[in-house]
Amino acid sequence: MASHQFDNVDRSGSVSGPPSEGDYALDRGFRGIAWFSAALILALVVYIVIEIGGKAMPAIAEHGLGFLTSTSWNVQTGQFGILPQIWGTLYSSLLALLLGGVFGIAIAIFLTQDFLPNRLAAVFRTIIELLAAIPSVVFGLWGIYVLIPLLRPVANWLHANFGGVPFFGTSLSGPGLAPAALVLAIMILPTVASISVDALRQIPYKVKEAAYGMGTTRWEAILKVMLPTASSGILAALVLGFGRALGETMALAMLIGNSNQISLSLFAPANTLAALLASSFPEAGPVEIRALMYAALALLAITLIVNAVGLAVMKFATRKFEAER
Amino acid sequence: MNANPERMTAGTAPARNGIVMDCQLEKVFYGDFLAVRDSKVPIEKNKITGFIGPSGCGKSTVLRSLNRMNDLIPIFRFQGKVSYHGQDIYDKKVDPVVVRRYIGMVFQQPNPFAMSIYDNVAFGLRLNGFKGNLDERVEKALHGAAIWNEVKDKLKNSGLSLSGGQQQRLCIARAIATEPDVLLMDEPCSALDPIATRRVEELMVELKEKYTIALVTHNMQQAIRVADTTAFFGVDISQGSRTGYLVEMGPTKKIFEEPEQQLTRQYVRGEFS
Repeated sequence: MASHQFDNVDRSGSVSGPPSEGDYALDRGFRGIAWFSAALILALVVYIVIEIGGKAMPAIAEHGLGFLTSTSWNVQTGQFGILPQIWGTLYSSLLALLLGGVFGIAIAIFLTQDFLPNRLAAVFRTIIELLAAIPSVVFGLWGIYVLIPLLRPVANWLHANFGGVPFFGTSLSGPGLAPAALVLAIMILPTVASISVDALRQIPYKVKEAAYGMGTTRWEAILKVMLPTASSGILAALVLGFGRALGETMALAMLIGNSNQISLSLFAPANTLAALLASSFPEAGPVEIRALMYAALALLAITLIVNAVGLAVMKFATRKFEAER
Repeated sequence: MNANPERMTAGTAPARNGIVMDCQLEKVFYGDFLAVRDSKVPIEKNKITGFIGPSGCGKSTVLRSLNRMNDLIPIFRFQGKVSYHGQDIYDKKVDPVVVRRYIGMVFQQPNPFAMSIYDNVAFGLRLNGFKGNLDERVEKALHGAAIWNEVKDKLKNSGLSLSGGQQQRLCIARAIATEPDVLLMDEPCSALDPIATRRVEELMVELKEKYTIALVTHNMQQAIRVADTTAFFGVDISQGSRTGYLVEMGPTKKIFEEPEQQLTRQYVRGEFS
């Protein structure tokens, strides 16, 4: 160790002394492991991008950017395009974010702002986290056997009476965007709720005191003080929830109808990138696999962009609401 | 302006002898724990009433009973009466939110909101539905809290970007922006350095021209410097528990120079703390 050992200090009768060589070795070891782990994650991301990119290269050369704007997926004619899937991915995820976000934040408020006795709130928090443990395929089955039959009369009534509204432009004949987005919303709910709960619980008690001390009612305190204070954490919850919704595969493949069309209607079948990949890979030939790799790259790009935008928004919010450091 | 306490209930008696708040505390419990007993503390208009006493004597609890801040603690129970302009604020008809609009508070730890300096000060004005010139009011409050010159060029910056002493003065500006009737200050200088403390003390003396102030302080010198009236609280450990109570209250000079109670004399001499 390149450090002065203060050997001239009189150490007779004292237990004070420098760390041993072993202590220093451990220190170096831990630092090495930490660096290695961090580097590994970075390397893994880069490797995945390169690998998928490489496999997609022939398809990129063949289809170009037209792949992203074309709407047909025809193995026989070799025409591939993923615009409907991109649309379906974003549309279903946004709907899920809207529903799951509103309910997730509402639940987080309910569980942190003294609406429940502490012990009961802890029980509820556990239950919500258990929701995250339900496998995707179970949600898919529940969607098929419970949710779709429940939704169908409502959807068809809406279509019959308000068919002029683009969102209700078709009837729900089975799988479709609405059941898929609802299930997605339930699936991202635990993520949004539990991260928002953490953000709200991190607010120091003195902030709550300050709010009530100004003479706020409970709702004024929550809406005007607590939520803005926790805003960066809540935004993080929404970004993570959205990311999860974008990549969710199994439940969507079972519920969305796997139909390559672009429609505003909530009841029309649609498709997403993840569902396309999951349902096409098993039977794909080499040409289709190259196109699927291109689609996978597009999905990867969308999630990376969403996360980057989310981080930027969070940073902006942090700057606005919290101390500059 | 909007400090119109008469609106609280009909049939309000006029304040007597310039006493704005008359706290007649009988018992205060946290759960089964008797925290404070038998303390009659009148708060006079346009004066600074200092609360002093050793740790655990209940001075903060009494202060926080004056604007029902303690209601935030579910196990808190208050027995007695706090007359505010003749109305008991613990009456069932009284909403604690209304009480806190008229009786502002500055806390021990500076606690600005995570928003801009401007929005911090404008918070109470917006809350009260103020429709006039917001900029003017914010500037006035920041002047009043003696922090205008330091922040006038960065009103959009976060309140949390300020130093501790500045944050505390920002909190004072926030509290006085709505021109409340009474200002409760709970050890407002305990987290501040000596220079910031002196500034806040000077500010308190200025503020009493317009407001009535009740001040909890752990620092006897501070009470001597700023308080007109001082209430000394002690701790009763005779029942095997620690219960605070008012030992003696009077003009600050009298409490520190010729107190009536032996316990007060020992405390102000620094024989225990």
